[in-house]
Amino acid sequence: MADSLVLLWRQYRFERRLFWRNPTAAFFNFLLPLIFLALFGAIVSGHRHELTIIVPGIAGMSVMSTTFTAMAYNLTFLREQGVLKRMRGTPLPSGVYLGGLALHAVTNAAIQLVIVILAGRLVFGLGWPADGAELVAFGVLGVVCFSSLGVALSHLIPNFEAAPAIVNAVFVPVILISGVFFDAKNVPSFLRDIAQALPLVHLVNGLSGGLVAHHGGLSQHLTALLVLGLWTAGGVIVAVRGFSWEARRD
Amino acid sequence: MASTPAIEVHDLRKAYGEVEAVRGVEFTVARGEIYGLLGPNGAGKTSIVEILEGYRERSSGTVSVLGHDPGERPIELRRRVGIVLQSSGIYSQVRVAEVLRHFARFYPHPRAVDEVVELVGLGDKRDERARRLSGGQRRRLDLALALIGDPELIFLDEPTTGFDPAARRTAWDTIRTLRDLGKTVLLTTHYLDEAQELADRVAIIKGGKILAEGSPAQLGVGGSSRYRVAYLDGGEPVVEQTEDPTALLHELTSAALARGERLEGLSVTRPSLEEVYLELTADG
Repeated sequence: MADSLVLLWRQYRFERRLFWRNPTAAFFNFLLPLIFLALFGAIVSGHRHELTIIVPGIAGMSVMSTTFTAMAYNLTFLREQGVLKRMRGTPLPSGVYLGGLALHAVTNAAIQLVIVILAGRLVFGLGWPADGAELVAFGVLGVVCFSSLGVALSHLIPNFEAAPAIVNAVFVPVILISGVFFDAKNVPSFLRDIAQALPLVHLVNGLSGGLVAHHGGLSQHLTALLVLGLWTAGGVIVAVRGFSWEARRD
Repeated sequence: MASTPAIEVHDLRKAYGEVEAVRGVEFTVARGEIYGLLGPNGAGKTSIVEILEGYRERSSGTVSVLGHDPGERPIELRRRVGIVLQSSGIYSQVRVAEVLRHFARFYPHPRAVDEVVELVGLGDKRDERARRLSGGQRRRLDLALALIGDPELIFLDEPTTGFDPAARRTAWDTIRTLRDLGKTVLLTTHYLDEAQELADRVAIIKGGKILAEGSPAQLGVGGSSRYRVAYLDGGEPVVEQTEDPTALLHELTSAALARGERLEGLSVTRPSLEEVYLELTADG
């Protein structure tokens, strides 16, 4: 167990080091949520109500892009390149290797959340997070949920060239209907129903509770926790059951 | 312990759906031996090797690698084998010595990074990023990563495919040094000269079956018992194949002497490994 933790730490450090070694990619990775914040912040500038919707929305989007999108891309790439297969042939336990990849994604999610919170405070004059416990609870549940869904989605991507098209076909509609850029209440009801069945709207609501509004804590978010929990369970099952170390041959 | 074979394969079968890729293969690889699986593409070589490496499950048969069943993927076994896959990627931003240092920590008794870098001939590339290496250099990094854990047994799946002749020679020298280090090597190749140069014993595989097995010399000479006797008969070349050249030569030479002629262009040849291989793997 202790050995595995040491290996996990080393594998995590290895992933982090290589991530920063491509500074352009790393920079734009963290720039994207800031660009969105700046754009929508400028559009709604001065309207505090809109800002309290945009900031948690972008926070939720950041969690989704750093975990769901990144894991789906990363695994498809590593699988196609044969890196997964190579790692599988070494004594490094599979769980440790994949755990390192997941922790790496989670770290990026945490960094982006901090960037969004700081920007909300320093640029848009929002307060510090209103409910730390709620923020952390939803942050943790969000990264676990979207990481597992990203791994699960990677099984459906036949090759790396197809990855951006497939991932965006999921990512873009989901962020549009989930109230990332506007109040989800203003969406037509059939789209709202779809969004309510998906995890992102619940993550955004939860983060919103943690960041700006005091709804009365976590107990107000039981439905949100339930929906996120169910998606997490489904994601983990598909991610583990369907996991493939090798690219499909065609 | 040391006297038990490194690899034992008994009646190994592997089917992908309806297609049977491996059909009852048997062989044993002794410790310290370089054993070659030689055959055309699609013969079933990679299926066999990937079952032994623990990547694929066999349909039936028994397999033992260093005393373990690779199908159960014991970590103890993965600590003692090194694998060079036909193609496998590496993080493009990683440096040669850096990735070797990282992989070394997976193993209980790794070799020194500097030593392995020198062994595969990447001494002047140790700080180079993987993406800047040429195809041949990356293949050497593959070998270095397989050797870093100081394995007893090394799997080399088509190690020189796509190499230019000079790079192949260099790779062969490296593989020979593995033999000098007392390693066991299971090599697959579709290059005949590679098997002939490197392998102590060769199994010729086609259609998922072993068609012939033996040392390259045995396969060429003893594997086929036929000799080829060629001569000119009135200026026309004649080739006869026989299992007993003594009798045939006696017959031919006696007849020629009786006619008072010389037997022009006489030659007696034994089939080379290449001819045995081509004959065995020919279609139809």
